[in-house]
Amino acid sequence: MPDKPKVAFYWCASCGGCEEAIVDLAEDILQVVEAVDIVLWPVALDFKRADVEAMPDRSIAVAFINGAVRLSEQEEWAHLLRRKSQLVVAFGSCAHLGGIPGLANFTTRAEIFATSYHDLPSLDNPDGVEPLERTRANGEDLTLPAFFDTVRALDQVIEVDYYLPGCAPPPDLIMGAVTAILKGELPPRGTVLAPNKAQCDVCPRKDTKPDRIEISEIKRVATSTPDPEKCFLAQGYVCLGPATRSGCHERCLHGNMPCRGCFGPMDGVYDQGAKFLSAFASVLAPRDEAEIEALLDQIPDPAGTFYRFSLPKSLLHRRRMA
Amino acid sequence: MTTRRVTIDPITRLEGHGRIEIFLDEAGEVANAYLQVPELRGFERFCLGRPAEEMPHITPRICGVCPTAHHMAATRALDELWHVEPPPAGHKLRELFYNLFMFEDHTLHFYFLGGPDFIVGPSAPAAERNVLGVIGKVGLEIGGKVIAARKEARAIMAEMAGKAIHPVFGLPGGVSKPMTAELVDRLKRAAPGFVDFAAFSLQAFADVVLKNQAYVQTILAEHYTHRTYYMGLVDEARKVTFYRGRVRVVDPAGQQVAFFEPRDYLAHIAEHVEPWSYIKFPFLKKPGWKGFVDGVDSGVYRVAPLARLNVADGMATPRAQEHYEQMFATLGGRPAHSTLAFHWARLIEALQAAEVVLACSQDPEILSPDVRRVPTEAPTEGVGMVEAPRGTLIHHYKTDRNGILTFVNLLVATVHNAAPIQMAIKKAAQGVIHRGHVDDGLLNQVEMAFRAFDPCHACATHSLPGDMPLVARVHDASGAVVRVVARADIGARA
Repeated sequence: MPDKPKVAFYWCASCGGCEEAIVDLAEDILQVVEAVDIVLWPVALDFKRADVEAMPDRSIAVAFINGAVRLSEQEEWAHLLRRKSQLVVAFGSCAHLGGIPGLANFTTRAEIFATSYHDLPSLDNPDGVEPLERTRANGEDLTLPAFFDTVRALDQVIEVDYYLPGCAPPPDLIMGAVTAILKGELPPRGTVLAPNKAQCDVCPRKDTKPDRIEISEIKRVATSTPDPEKCFLAQGYVCLGPATRSGCHERCLHGNMPCRGCFGPMDGVYDQGAKFLSAFASVLAPRDEAEIEALLDQIPDPAGTFYRFSLPKSLLHRRRMA
Repeated sequence: MTTRRVTIDPITRLEGHGRIEIFLDEAGEVANAYLQVPELRGFERFCLGRPAEEMPHITPRICGVCPTAHHMAATRALDELWHVEPPPAGHKLRELFYNLFMFEDHTLHFYFLGGPDFIVGPSAPAAERNVLGVIGKVGLEIGGKVIAARKEARAIMAEMAGKAIHPVFGLPGGVSKPMTAELVDRLKRAAPGFVDFAAFSLQAFADVVLKNQAYVQTILAEHYTHRTYYMGLVDEARKVTFYRGRVRVVDPAGQQVAFFEPRDYLAHIAEHVEPWSYIKFPFLKKPGWKGFVDGVDSGVYRVAPLARLNVADGMATPRAQEHYEQMFATLGGRPAHSTLAFHWARLIEALQAAEVVLACSQDPEILSPDVRRVPTEAPTEGVGMVEAPRGTLIHHYKTDRNGILTFVNLLVATVHNAAPIQMAIKKAAQGVIHRGHVDDGLLNQVEMAFRAFDPCHACATHSLPGDMPLVARVHDASGAVVRVVARADIGARA
């Protein structure tokens, strides 16, 4: 019997939701386990870095890597897995676009350390101790990985072959990707393994979208409750549907909340936030520039909203460093 | 002066990254042990400037295994921030949702992570000491039950809140949508099965663990014992609660030493920083930080299932209460200090959660369309506190008048237990490693010390299939590897 294809799962700066998504395959996970030989999955299996280092280069058929790259250790793992794997799939929003951890690109390492270890009122840290990459405790050396200023998406660190979008990716897309890889029925390299259609095109509320949306007031869910049937944009809520790829089964919309863009942009669009801004500008009611500006000023935190999941993979990439 | 270092890197079957360093002295006894957390993402900083109502969606990305806990703590903080009290049905739907989550999370821990050490055995062959071994022991039918119970609970959660991983329904003053009649029917059909499944799990624990005297001795062993303070939420009747309540703290003798509203947490808790880990170490201000030691003079406290049972006068539901009484009778009274008893307490909580879900399913309130009161006042400051599966979880926000965040402080469940986990690792290692002898069974016994806390590394709880995750490299004084011990091939490689 020929060897089963070797598969690796790894996580970088992530929350574990992508691992949970794999477990949410429920019975289907047993099919996967049957068909492949899992050689790395820190959440579940007893394989260490040295085990992966000892494997021949390109001996892993596919590595699924989730999480953004925030620490030196994650960068090292990404390079190691690239070397050992024939295919690398960026799994989930953080690996694909930077994700929520990528919002840290609005700040710096120094600011994060200042907040976490010096400023918060619950701290009792009179000596100003900070975690150090190298320290001695009771005469012993202890080390920590370096913490970078900038969060990166996976393809800003290594070459990536495919992308599985979503926070977290839904089970049918995961199974679809695994099946395609096992059968060798692969689309062109670089493909995002989800439909190339906008959320708005498949939205359950699309029939309520007027021919011409005219927004004259920006609403917030904090101080109003959305109508559960109507197009969010038509109601005046910022909804990233026009600039976001579909394939998520409109889960947030079913929860009566607008889209925040976790699936990222469609093919051919690099900057999801800029794409949304241009779409959004076209549905604003005012024609006068000053009025448009006044309306846009009503949007709280436009950058953090339009780039909620994609800041590292945008033209902005990060706040300018001083 | 240590002569050998045993490194476990990375620790696997955890939610997140971790590393254990054990230092042996010349006699081969454990001089020191550290569990390091090489992980930091900076949420408290990068959430500044975001609209506060986005926090129930942003903060679940701290942990995709317990996103519901962050979602709910954030939502509770928003109620207070916007000075709005949800209508009864708003609270009821959140409570229902939250207890569904506690039920599925806790039972999965038993079968997938904590359970194998007992059901299969602490020194069983490593390859069997996992969920597949559990299924082998208890039968495929029960394995199917585990998958089915989890799947249905999470499907109902997704229907209620958009998604089970990173839900989106919490808003200041309530939730984003009511339940449909169809969904309530589905819940009514499923809920009795959840109670049966939780009760069945406790019976399995009784049969496999409590009837085995060796296991009971292991639970009671001194190297798995720490006499610490305990913290947890209690309801008006001072019973265990997860969604809302007041904070009670008891000392190692079980005496109440603090009882406060969540918003007053800063008067009681502070955080210590060490240079060798990115995690912080909270402690009780009154006794103060005395280092990684237990006892009444040390501010180290514990949270999570056993802590919650230790601080409460009882369980909030009748069937769980019977087990609560039995547990403390077996362990020699309250508070119980045996770290491994967290597993038992976790199952008792799963039963309470299932009983609460069942009660909610029969409450006509859950069909009410009146699920939200929209805020009318300007936002200022709010503290939200819930009991996550892994312990007390605090979200504290301040905003400007426009609801833009100017301050965020998060005290996450596992962080409260950070110091106790350090102590547990060290004491277990000192208890089981002698004369430099390290083997698979001993390594597992070290690992059992932190696994009992389920340290928000709960992906492991939900992992299929599992193998035990330890490889130890034994170095000599020069740093050269003299031996590698892996669970699958003990001592086979040098």
